[in-house]
Amino acid sequence: MARLNVNPTRMELKKLKTRLSTAVRGHKLLKDKSDEMIRQFSILLKENKRLRDEVEKELAETLRQFSVARSVTPSYTAEAAFALPSVALSAECTTGSIMGVEVPKISLNQTKNSDGLPYAYSEITSEADYSVARASALLPKMVELAQTEKAVRMLADEIERNKRRVNALEYVMIPQLEETIKYVRNKLDENERASLVRLMKVK
Amino acid sequence: MTGKMAIVGDGDSIMVFRAAGVDTFAAEDAKSAREAVRRAAKDHGIIFVTEEFYKPNEEFMKRFDEEPYPVVISIPSKSGSSGYSDALLKNAMEKALGVDILFHND
Repeated sequence: MARLNVNPTRMELKKLKTRLSTAVRGHKLLKDKSDEMIRQFSILLKENKRLRDEVEKELAETLRQFSVARSVTPSYTAEAAFALPSVALSAECTTGSIMGVEVPKISLNQTKNSDGLPYAYSEITSEADYSVARASALLPKMVELAQTEKAVRMLADEIERNKRRVNALEYVMIPQLEETIKYVRNKLDENERASLVRLMKVK
Repeated sequence: MTGKMAIVGDGDSIMVFRAAGVDTFAAEDAKSAREAVRRAAKDHGIIFVTEEFYKPNEEFMKRFDEEPYPVVISIPSKSGSSGYSDALLKNAMEKALGVDILFHND
């Protein structure tokens, strides 16, 4: 490991020692942070997987059901029936924090009119009613999934970054500092011995 | 902040979500889907993109991972899930942990 380019003086030695102790402390803190992030991440990951499985199953079925409904309806009728949404949907988007990573936090407000359908029953087949109802019911879960999945991705990035920092400290910064301190100390000791010998010779 | 939701997919299957109060953006191919996502990202908090359009634009979608909003995630299309979203999840897991704790299949 290459040592740093410093003058072997007592001043430098003192500075290096401070830097080393800071680096060691920082390394410990970052490592703890990394451990906790990984713990949180595994919880989120399992949650994400569960939600995803549920949503995918339900959604594929809903969409298939709807495409059946579409296929038995002339396309202009369907267009007209779905032109205006009957449900006002707003999501409250805020941010939360997991170990200092800003993640989205979303809560959903659904306000329906009487039956939640944008069309009259006479306009379109009943298959469509079911799929619309299912889609509406599925939305809260989809939003939850969106929130978890985003958190998982952001946390994964952050864990990777943090790991890099920990490694940089552990395998580069700290050995380098240790080596430099050793060098400076040796040099100082040698100077001291040299001056001692010189003094003895003079006597 | 109040956010709206959008869905990007092929014209037919996503119409059902319009009834549920989600803004829909129809796209024909990967390129127009990308444009649709770009447009939707301006004023929507959550954007769902069907797998078939998410996959070819993966690099583009990754850009949204830097900030909390907008949230862009993939959903299966009417032909069912291709396992692509699971693969994305697996990537994130391997990046962060280096080991497989969910799927145990390799």
